[in-house]
Order: sequence, then structure tokens, then C-alpha cells
Amino acid sequence: MTIEARNISFRYGDKPVLKEVSFTLTSGGFHALLGPNGAGKSTLFGLLTRLLALQQGDVLMAGQSLKKQPAEAMRKIGVVFQQNALDLDLTVRQNLLYHAALHGLSRKEARIRGDRELERFQLLERANEPVRKLNGGHRRRVEIARALLHEPSLLLLDEPTVGLDVASRRGLNDHVRRLCDSDGLTVLWATHLIEEVRPEDRVLILHEGKLLADGAGHDICEAEGTRDLAETFHTLTGAG
Amino acid sequence: MKAAHYWHCFVGIQTREWLRFWQQRTRFASALVRPLLWLVVFAAGFRAVLGISIIPPYQTYITYETYIAPGLCGMIILFNSMQGALSMVYDRELGSMRVLLMSPLPRPFLLVTKLLAMGVVSVGQVYVFLLLALLVDVEPPLWGYLAVLPALILTSLMLGALGLLIATWIKQLENFAGVMNFVIFPMFFMSSALYPLWRMNEASPWLYWICQFNPFTHAVEAIRFSLYLEWNPTAFGITASVTVVFALLATTGFRPQRTKILGEKPA
Repeated sequence: MTIEARNISFRYGDKPVLKEVSFTLTSGGFHALLGPNGAGKSTLFGLLTRLLALQQGDVLMAGQSLKKQPAEAMRKIGVVFQQNALDLDLTVRQNLLYHAALHGLSRKEARIRGDRELERFQLLERANEPVRKLNGGHRRRVEIARALLHEPSLLLLDEPTVGLDVASRRGLNDHVRRLCDSDGLTVLWATHLIEEVRPEDRVLILHEGKLLADGAGHDICEAEGTRDLAETFHTLTGAG
Repeated sequence: MKAAHYWHCFVGIQTREWLRFWQQRTRFASALVRPLLWLVVFAAGFRAVLGISIIPPYQTYITYETYIAPGLCGMIILFNSMQGALSMVYDRELGSMRVLLMSPLPRPFLLVTKLLAMGVVSVGQVYVFLLLALLVDVEPPLWGYLAVLPALILTSLMLGALGLLIATWIKQLENFAGVMNFVIFPMFFMSSALYPLWRMNEASPWLYWICQFNPFTHAVEAIRFSLYLEWNPTAFGITASVTVVFALLATTGFRPQRTKILGEKPA
């Protein structure tokens, strides 16, 4: 599914947080949204998920406007938030069933899909354990499994590796990339960690609410005359 | 979206609330200590001071315990609703709210269903309280336990919606202490929960009118009358109307950016 953000601006009171941001995400691709803390990444995610109301601009998901047809658009989106959004006292399966119900799935259908996703994430044997007993990496996997339950076309991940060790971070990143290949899922992965981005990835660099670069990582480096993405990121944002 | 989608969503939200209730059953049990203290200790001390004459819906002289039991049912719902609403926008329920708001179903439907689910759990607590109240001879007619159910659900929805409205729009009341001092206590004390309003009128006419304008008064009276199998259209009508207004304002006026659902926003 192609996603097109058109001319998005947003302000909290008098403070502009996003300034005329436009981009297109191509179907089935892994897209990295890079930006230092405070760049506006979470605000952009808030707008894409309708937690924030669009003030200016629009987002088209397979041609459908987020402003005019929000329900249709929301059915196509799966989200993994930066902060934990699992109920720690409930079991893995109960968390999944709750999410599925919110998307109107019957309990029977939800159970089938939930078990399928958990098996794919090698978590099926832990389905009846409270989430509290899982480590950070596994919790994140449950959140991704949950986000995929209603079979979205777009998966949004807002700094999903925060608080994870290096091995878990890499494992999660590889896993999501495989989903792009196997399911044709369009992914927008927000991060401030350069090592999670590969040179061939489509990269969007956001800084102080402005989109400073948009293209394949190696192309951006070439245009900026830098050796790698880390240097590009530092040159453009002064961070990293 | 079809009706079946709404139904699955409704059942899912209710189920989750009961699962959480079961996980935290000790916390819910301890929440019953407060109204029981009022019923057993406060009422015992006060019954000597405050004589209750025969007033509707009661047919005979009643003990003070019998008089305040419906008010304490309202109190259980009042505390739970405010606590629940605050946790939806500031606290424990933030994660669940993020997930809730990702649903493609209309937001007012999701929020009302959530408030109703929290309310139904409160109503369960009220029934446990009423069973325990039998020990101090608060004995409404058997059918009263069933007849009171609509009033209890209406009250929980009204107070849940009020809680959500306050938690979303009044920044100064984002902690429970503030809500307790400025919402719960005034609503509870300036109502007919602890004393009949004719008594209040004798003591202070202007306080009497404040009590009359307090929707909690009418909710308590709706609970009181239905528990004793009497129909009080005024109390029911006012409670139902206020519920509709609060629910409309709270759900259509809900703005995630006014809460902590998105995390801390930039200063």
C-alpha cells in the first residue's frame, strides 16, 4: 500500500513541531525515519495514527484520506508505540484477543490469527503467561504480533528498540525487514539510532520539524558528499 | 463496519475490564473498606444524633444505616469512576487507551463502551457491598436488588463521563487528591447521600439548593427509590438527562493531545 503524506504542518500552541512535511512511502518497503530526540517523529506518528488531529495537510493511504475516511485508513494501519502498550497483568493471548476485538474480529477468528502470529514470532508456548514475565525483547515481539493481527498494510514503529540490548535490537530489526519481504508490508521505522538503518534503505531525515532528506541512504550520502549515514546525519542535524 | 464488529468490540472491552478486575481483586476488595467503615462506624455514631422520620420511599421508621446505604452505593461508584477516568488519561490505563484509540470504530462508541465496562465492574462491587450490608440489617426487598440495576448502571456512566470530562479538560485536577477535594467530597457531602434534603433545608436553604442542583443527589435518590421498588421519575429523568449530556461532552470533546496518551508533549 502506498502512503502519501501531503504538506503536513502541526503546532502545539504557538510552537511549530512539523513544518510542511511531505513524503511517499512505497508499497512493501522498509523506510527509516531518522531524527534526533525532539525532531517531531512522535508527533508525526501521532498524526498518522489519528491520536493527533491533522491541522494542516492530509495523509492518503492507498488513495483514501485520513481526514475524510478515517475508519478505512485505520483498518490498514498497525502500530507499535514507543511506550509499552501491553497490559502487563494479562497474558500474551489475552492482550492479543483484546486488540482483535477492538478491530471487530470474532473471538474464534482472533484466536486463530493470534496463534498464527505467535507461532511466527516463536512465542506460542508463552501465550498463556502474563506479559510481566516476558523480557523486553519478547514484549516488543508481542506488540508487533498484536499490531499485525488485523492484517494491516502499513506497520508504524516508533523507536521500537528503546530499552533493548544490542542483540534484541538487531533481532527485532531483522524480523521486521523479513515481514516486508514475506508479507509485502510497508514499514515506517522511527529511530535515532543510525546502526538500525542500512545504506540501501529508504531514509527520511527529520530535524526540528523539517524533512531534510528523503531517498535511499547511499544516494543521500552521495548528494551530501559524506562517507556514511552517521556522518550525513551529523552534518544535517548536528547530532549523533 | 457491521453490527457484528461493534458487538465483538463491546464484548472485548467488557471482557478485558473483568480480567483486570480479577487480576486486581485484592485492590477492589480493599476499595470496599471505605463504604463499610461509613456504614458500620459512622452510621453507628450518627444514628443517635440524627433521627430519620418516615419519608418516601420508606414505609416505616428506618435506621440510619438503612438511610445511608444507597448513598454509599453511589459513593463506591463515585470513587471508582473518578479513579478510573484519571487512570485512562494519566496513569495505569494509558497503554490500553492507546490500543483502544487505534480501533477503526468511532471514538465516542469506544469511550462510552469503556466507561460502561468500568461502570459494570463498579456495579459488581456495589452488589458485594449490599450483601455485606445485610449484616447490619439493611434489608431492601429481594426484587429491589434487581430493580436497582438500571439506576446503578446509569450512575456509573454519568460519573464515568464526568470523570473523563474533568480529567481531559481540567489540568489542575490531574491527580487523585485534587479530584477528591474538589469533586468527590463536594459532590458526596452536598447531596442526599448522608442526610435527607429537608434536614438540609432546615439548616441552610442555599445549601439545600446546591444539593438540589447536584446530579449526584438525583442519582442517589434514583438508587434509593428503585432499591425499595418505588418509581421516582424526577430522579431518574434528571440522572438520565445529565448522563446523556456528560457522555456527549466527554466523548465528542475527548482530545488525546490533552492527555498523556501520546507521552509527555513538548513544553
